[in-house]
Amino acid sequence: MSIELKNVTYTYSQGTAYESHALKDINLVIPDGQFIGVIGHTGSGKSTLIQHFNALIQPTSGQIFYNGENVWAENYNRRALRSEVGLVFQYPEHQLFENTVLADVCFGPMNQGLSKEQAEKEAKKALAHVGVKEENFTKSPFELSGGQKKRVAIAGVLAMNPKILILDEPTAGLDPQGRDDILDQIAALHKMRGITIILVSHSMEDIAKYVERLIVMNHGEMVFDDTPKNVFSHYKELEGMGLAAPQITYIMHALSENGLNVDTTATTVEEARDTILEALKKQKPSLLKKGGNAE
Amino acid sequence: MGIIKAFKLGFDYLKYDEDGNVEATQRAVNDVNLDIEAGDFVAVLGHNGSGKSTLAKQMNALLIPSEGTMWVDDMDTAKEPELWKIRQRAGMVFQNPDNQIIGTVVEEDVGFGPENMGVPTDEIWKRVDDSLKKTGMTAYRYQSPNKLSGGQKQRVAIAGVVAMRPSCIVLDEPTAMLDPNGRKEVLEAVSELNKKENVTVILITHYMEEVIHANKVYVMDGGNVVMQGTPREIFSQVETLKKYRLDVPQVTLLAHELHKAGVDIPEGILTKEELVGALCR
Repeated sequence: MSIELKNVTYTYSQGTAYESHALKDINLVIPDGQFIGVIGHTGSGKSTLIQHFNALIQPTSGQIFYNGENVWAENYNRRALRSEVGLVFQYPEHQLFENTVLADVCFGPMNQGLSKEQAEKEAKKALAHVGVKEENFTKSPFELSGGQKKRVAIAGVLAMNPKILILDEPTAGLDPQGRDDILDQIAALHKMRGITIILVSHSMEDIAKYVERLIVMNHGEMVFDDTPKNVFSHYKELEGMGLAAPQITYIMHALSENGLNVDTTATTVEEARDTILEALKKQKPSLLKKGGNAE
Repeated sequence: MGIIKAFKLGFDYLKYDEDGNVEATQRAVNDVNLDIEAGDFVAVLGHNGSGKSTLAKQMNALLIPSEGTMWVDDMDTAKEPELWKIRQRAGMVFQNPDNQIIGTVVEEDVGFGPENMGVPTDEIWKRVDDSLKKTGMTAYRYQSPNKLSGGQKQRVAIAGVVAMRPSCIVLDEPTAMLDPNGRKEVLEAVSELNKKENVTVILITHYMEEVIHANKVYVMDGGNVVMQGTPREIFSQVETLKKYRLDVPQVTLLAHELHKAGVDIPEGILTKEELVGALCR
């Protein structure tokens, strides 16, 4: 089970004065079960890229294979593909339309041909997964807060039991706790159901915390495809592309420049704490208070 | 007296049934007292649904208080005749740049506000020049806003507000949809206006790092202001903030974690430089 892109190029408004390359010669394999991050500045081609993954956009040239089959072949069932590769758009709350939360989430599975009972079962399971309480099932989705709406929209895609879940900035505008809740739940889904997650985000901190593989887009080209640690070690190049590294990366470099012997590849608060404690023990034991719970 | 002042402010959202009778009320802002001085840079934090936006919308009379009083530049927002004057004094910038740009050319969009106010043409152009310069958007003045990045669009929106010569700008999560560079651009433009033009800034945000520019922070929860103080005072209370579903900048959190692990380092560290100073002294 995998998605494979071979020499994929996409050109907007081909043959007109507004012609522009949104994607240039992308080669990419996404095997099963990975948690992948995609970053890039506004207009770098991220959204165009992910819409190729479930055949919402047809490449201008190149091929896309899902499980070895060319998705743009004549008899390929793209409808079935789209229920296996679920896409949550940037403003998931704009995808809501039904009278009640439960009905909204049932829409996908019912379209897949499930009976009402089966669809409700899937919907309830999906809602529980994203942390929507049962008391909200009968409410109008429009009465809910921004964070709750996003959860319902994600549940709507999850209820179709996708093998691959693509999320385009699912947490924009959420408060810190709401952001952590949703991402933690997505990470749990990744673990429990083994589904592939592709997360597009502008938050380098979230990327550092959750993903195992990071793809960086710049002007329609894929410039990095590596572990987050390796990608963020190129933080100066990332800045040149309108991006940044997580704040921790900058802190670690500053500490290292000032003589503290820390691991500069740390990207999360926990990693940073551990390597700083390690370095302090060796270099500045006087800063470690007696009786503190440092190991 | 401050430029924005609230006394026992309360706001209820009303839900109507099919006959137009009030079916339910929901309190969004409760007993809020504010005193914001001219030239302040104020940050408002709070989780989704805590009442931040409802409070902000009362600062330029988009919403009228259900209870208590809100004064903008000594004008009571509940008094109808003052409405337009108030909206000129307190400009507002929202989250999604695509929803607030109406012009087909950048300079036209920026001139829309003053034109609507009946400013003479010569003066409009002067203000457009001036606002574009202050937000660093002069190079884009003849472009179509469609072709700009998110950060540039937000700066156009800010320039449009600046052209109305407000004494105060209220920004409701202006960076939520932007990439890191866009966030930086917008923050820089806002800080410049605050420092150089002495424009009062009220910034609502979920990015804790943006708050360290502020000189005053209000934290909201359940419609009430539950904490107020300088960024340092607020961010030194990591656990309390977590209770309100909030966060601290990563550098502050790292310092807090080190402190907990027994390192001799003060709480409330706000910048990379402070942390380096504390650990490499």
